[in-house]
This record gives sequence, structure tokens and C-alpha cells, in this order.
Amino acid sequence: MNARPKREVVVPGDLLDDKGLRPGSGTYVLDGKVYSSLLGVKNIRSNYVNVIPLSGRYLPQTADTVVGKIIDIGPSNWLVDINAPYPAPLHVNEVPWRVEFGDTARFLRVGDVIMAKILMMDETNKIQVTMNDSGMRKLQGGHVIEISYSKVPRVIGKGGSMIQMIKSMTDCRIFVGQNGVIWIEGELENVLVAAKAIQMIDEEAQSSNLTERVKEYMEKALPASEQADIQE
Amino acid sequence: MSRSVVSEIRRNHIYELLRKGRRMDGREPLDLREISVETGVIDTAEGSARVRYGETEVIAGLKMAIGTPFPDTPNKGVLTTSMELIPMAHPDFESGPPGGDAIELARVVDRGIRESGMVDVEKLCITPGEEVWMCFIDIYSINYDGNLFDAAALAVVAALKSAIVPASNHDKGEDFPLPVTCVPITATMAKIENTLIVDPTFDEEMVSSARLTVTSDGNGDVRAMQKGKSGAFTVEEVNYIVDVAREKGDEIRKIIG
Amino acid sequence: MDSDIVMVDDKGKRLDGRTADELRPMKIEAGVLSNADGSAYLEIGKNKVLAAVYGPRECHPRHLQNPTRAIVQCKYNMQSYSVGDRKRPGPDRRSVEISKIISEALEAVIQVELFPRASIDVYIEILQANAGTRCAGLTAASVALADAGIPMRDLVPSVAVGKANGHLLLDLNKEEDNYGEADLPLAIVPKTNEVVLLQMDGHMTREEFGTAMEMGVKACHEIYEMQKDALRRRYSTEADEQEVEE
Repeated sequence: MNARPKREVVVPGDLLDDKGLRPGSGTYVLDGKVYSSLLGVKNIRSNYVNVIPLSGRYLPQTADTVVGKIIDIGPSNWLVDINAPYPAPLHVNEVPWRVEFGDTARFLRVGDVIMAKILMMDETNKIQVTMNDSGMRKLQGGHVIEISYSKVPRVIGKGGSMIQMIKSMTDCRIFVGQNGVIWIEGELENVLVAAKAIQMIDEEAQSSNLTERVKEYMEKALPASEQADIQE
Repeated sequence: MSRSVVSEIRRNHIYELLRKGRRMDGREPLDLREISVETGVIDTAEGSARVRYGETEVIAGLKMAIGTPFPDTPNKGVLTTSMELIPMAHPDFESGPPGGDAIELARVVDRGIRESGMVDVEKLCITPGEEVWMCFIDIYSINYDGNLFDAAALAVVAALKSAIVPASNHDKGEDFPLPVTCVPITATMAKIENTLIVDPTFDEEMVSSARLTVTSDGNGDVRAMQKGKSGAFTVEEVNYIVDVAREKGDEIRKIIG
Repeated sequence: MDSDIVMVDDKGKRLDGRTADELRPMKIEAGVLSNADGSAYLEIGKNKVLAAVYGPRECHPRHLQNPTRAIVQCKYNMQSYSVGDRKRPGPDRRSVEISKIISEALEAVIQVELFPRASIDVYIEILQANAGTRCAGLTAASVALADAGIPMRDLVPSVAVGKANGHLLLDLNKEEDNYGEADLPLAIVPKTNEVVLLQMDGHMTREEFGTAMEMGVKACHEIYEMQKDALRRRYSTEADEQEVEE
């Protein structure tokens, strides 16, 4: 990767380019010039100028994996809240169980948390999710936290480095949904440390040496025995 | 995510933590969140305060006018309290006239003020039977993360304590501070499984079975109470909550001086 | 009404020391509330205004849903203690009208077609009023919308131009408004100078109206800079370090 260019915060209406770059996501064109339609960070990639949002609700993309909460039940489907502008239906054909009509509540109840995949998001923003994919399941135990979905890449880190560090230091199982909902499971104390570390990333994404700081926090916060393991 | 449905995972996590005497935000059962009180925030009000309990935020303002007293209390000023749960404060709050929750909140806050005799309403009489000062207390929730009872009550107490009666504007002599006799403080405890906690957050309120709100005065005497939600308390629990509320009352009284 | 009161003295100064085309001191802060998707706090002179945005989210009541785009539902509310005589809580005809024209002004810049069937809810609370609250509310609301990550063509600054004792004055305060002969609140899309909110009452000559519009548009561009600054301040340090997955 090339040296990281300085990131420029743009607001709706800011001119992004008038020299022939193509309009990417978070932009619009007026009189041949490209403007930002979002509060975000300007980003140029292969002739496209994009704005990476700093806030906003999660907009599903087909094949994203998300963590969602069942908020309603029908006779042949469930309604899943995935932090998007719209609730996402989960049809009985899209679960790994054989569900008779009207028997949905036996499998998933209101308040249950699931890992699901975005099956599709059509042009009218109708969403459908599926659990018929490897690893998709109902989540049990542990802890669920929510962060801004725009910080998900930061939590994952380059090549997964940040989340790997948190997982290995806390010995927790962690699943980061693309929608900013994160499931953490392990020893209670360690779960709390992992949750706090992730919230640190969400809140302090601006501070320099974030990886170092998160690591330092975890080293201090984890019980002594854990630390010994790490130092080995 | 939709807040009114608390996930099973979060509910169990709160339970598991509390069994070890801990809470999601790192507090212990009897810890309050950080409380901040700013008075005089609204110039157009006779008294006002913005109060924060963690992320919960309310503004209370007092407006005064001259009116006629009630026939059965001809020499007393009149006090009314309203609460608006505006949709700005929470995704589940909707526009419209106050519902049950808002009315209960206003009445519980009102009772704490009224029953403690915080405002010396006899000093708000101008001409017995004819003219008295009317006090309109309006409370707005700005951001709701649990425990509106305590935040609203504290905002009202701080607003009243700092209020000036606008007598000169009405040709009734010089302005004078609103006559205040004591500082009633409201503290609420919520019951989650068998643990009692103070100052519940929104998630804690959602998984709690019962709550008890207690207003005590500076002498440690009890001036108003309200039990809420469909769960129940033992008599021992009630006694315990009253004692904790009196202690928390002293703690909070120090914040507002 | 005392018509002898001097609105502009021989040095060209108004009662509060401003010149005719000068705004009151203004302060905007973005991202002040934790529950809302976006929010802003604004003070201009003695006005204090909060704006919060929820959405895009499912539209309630359902019959208001539009299958091709989001609807923008603004609720402008004056809190009881925000004015001299206590205002009864709840909507009145004035606040319903203001809510409607602000919704429409915001809809002009929001890319509503990206969110069919959804609702974008904008709440404006006037904590303290001192003339010009609808403009202050709209200015704050457009900052809150951007803070909420809502895609929009531009921000929407808004200001009123008034006429008092024969003088055209920008951004009247309450004292001046009491002697007001005309009021012209407006809002524009700065990039194109399109006018998206415009009301007028009182009495202006054709020439005065032209001048007032010019004054208003110019002041909107000043407000626009403060809106952008508020949004950049919220995130600028963060973006310097923001690592984006490439």
C-alpha cells in the first residue's frame, strides 16, 4: 500500500473534484463537478472520488454478515432489527430448521440475537436476510455491544490485526457484524475488557497510536494470569 | 437497535454482572452516575436548570404569573408541574399530549416539592382571596437513558432554588428570591432479579421488575414515594430503599449546595 | 407603539450596537445528544435551539409511507418557558405551519430517493426565544441532518431580514421585532442560491424587498460557513488519523 494520503473531512456540498474524477459513493454531480453529499472523509481510488461516511445508519450490502435482534414474529417469518433504516424479514425458508407454518416462535423468539447474512437488498431497499450459510446461527450467552457501523473497519484493523489482538489477549470469541453490532463471548472479566477496548476504538478512533493504546489498556485491565500468558 | 426489545443476551449479561455486584457501565449497585447541574440556563424563565445523570438530560423551567387563588386556599400561591417526554429524547418517545408515563413523572416530582413544603406558598400570596403568584414548572426530557424521575426532580429543585419572583414586572414591588424552605431530593431504586440498584440506566430499567422512588428532606424525613412497575418488594427491601434514598439525598444535596 | 425610538443611530449602529447588515453572535455545536442519530445546538443572540434527527427509519404511521422516497417530518416546538408569557405545551397553528415549511425546505436538499418508504424525523426544540427562531431552528436542523449521516446536496442556512422604523435590518432581535414593520425569513441552498424557504409579512416597497433579499442571501452564506465549521470541528482531529480499509 502506498503512503496514506492526508484525510480530508468534507461536509455536504463541498466540492470534491472538477478535473475529471468519477463520482463514487457519497457524492453527486452538478454542472460536471463532483460534490460531497455526506459528512465524511474524502477518498480517491482508481479514478473515483468517494466520501467515506463518519456517521449514519448501516445500509446493508448483499452478502454482508450482521448481528441482529428478533423484534417481531409472523407465522412464516421473523422480523430482524439490524440497525438499518428498515427491519429485515427472515423467512422460514432461510433458516437451517424445518419450520411448520405458525410454528416460528418455537425456533426464534423476540429478543433472540442471531448472526445472519444479507441475502439481498433490492433497488427499493427491501432487505432479506438468511441463516442458510456457514456459521450463521442463533447467538447465546456472552455480551452484545453496538458501535457506529462506520468504525467497523477500525475495529477490525488492517488485515484483521486489531480484532485479532483483542481476541488473543482476552481469549474471547468475537464476532463483528458489518452493521456495527458486536458479539463477545468468554470469561466474564475478559468479555468486559474486550467490550471496553472496542468501545475505546469507537470513541477514540481519532487518537494516534490507537493500537498501542488499546493494547496498553488491555494489559492493565486483564487479570494477572492472563497477562502472564501474553508475556510468554 | 430497537430499544424497547432488550435482547436476551443483554438481559442475561446484566443479570450475570449484578450477581457479582457489578453493572454494565462499571458502577456498583449503590453508585450514582456522574451528576451535573447548571442553573440559570434559560433567561426567559424565572428559574431554570439543566441536569444530567450520565447521558440522561432534562431541563426544567419556572414561569410565574399573577392569578387568583383556589377558594379553599385563599392565601396560598399556586404550583403546577408538567412533564413533556419529547421525541427528541428517545427513539420510542412519540409526539402528542402527555401519556401515562409523563403524567406520572410530573405528579411524582410535584408531590416531592409540594409535600416537603419546599416552596413557601403563603409568601406567594399578594392579596388573600384575590391575587397570588402562580408557579408553572415545566420539565422537558432532552435525552433519555433511564431514571427520569431523579433527574427531573433534581432539575426542578435546582430551578426553584435559583428562581427570582418577577414582582417588578407586575408592579408588585421589588423582585425577590422564590421563598424556599428546604431541599427535597428524590432517589429511585430498581429491582433486577433480587438486586436493588440506584439510578438505573435505560437498559437496567427495561430488565427491572419494580422501582421505588423516595423523596426525602434535609432532616432525612420521607416526604413522598412512588412504587412502579408490575414486580413487588418485600417490606425489608422497602425499608432498605428508604435508607439508601436518604443517604443518596444527602450525597446529592451536597452537589447543589 | 413608540415610533420615535431610534432603530439606527447617526453612526449607523442599532440598539445592540450592530450595523444594519450584521448578524447576532452565533455559535453552533454538532453532535450534542447521545440517543439521536444526529444533533446540533445553536445560539444566535439570545435564541437557544436544539435540533435532533432520527432516521432514516421506518415510517409511522404507515399510510404516510411513500414507496419511492423518504418523507421528512419536522416538528418545531417552543418550550413553555422559552418566551415571556408561558406558552402552553403542545402544538399550535403557528408551530404546525413552521414545521411544515421547514420540512419542505430540508426535503429540497436531502437525497430522499435513496430511502424509499422511510421517514427522516427532525425535532427542533426552542429552549429560549428572541425573534428568528424558525430560521435558527432550520439552520440547526440542517447541521443535525449532516451529523446524522443523511445524504444531502448541501446545508441550508436561514435568516430573517426585517424592517423597523423604515430601516431594513438583518436578523432582528426581539426588541427590534417589537417595532417591526415587515419580516422576511428565508433559507437558501448556498451552492446554487436556490431559495427553499420564504415567507413575508408586513409592508415593504418593491425596492426594499429586492434589497432585503440581497441582504438575506449574503448573510446565509456567512451562516453557511459557521455550519460547515461546526461539522468539521466535530470530526477534524478524528479524520487525520482515520484509517480506512483499502
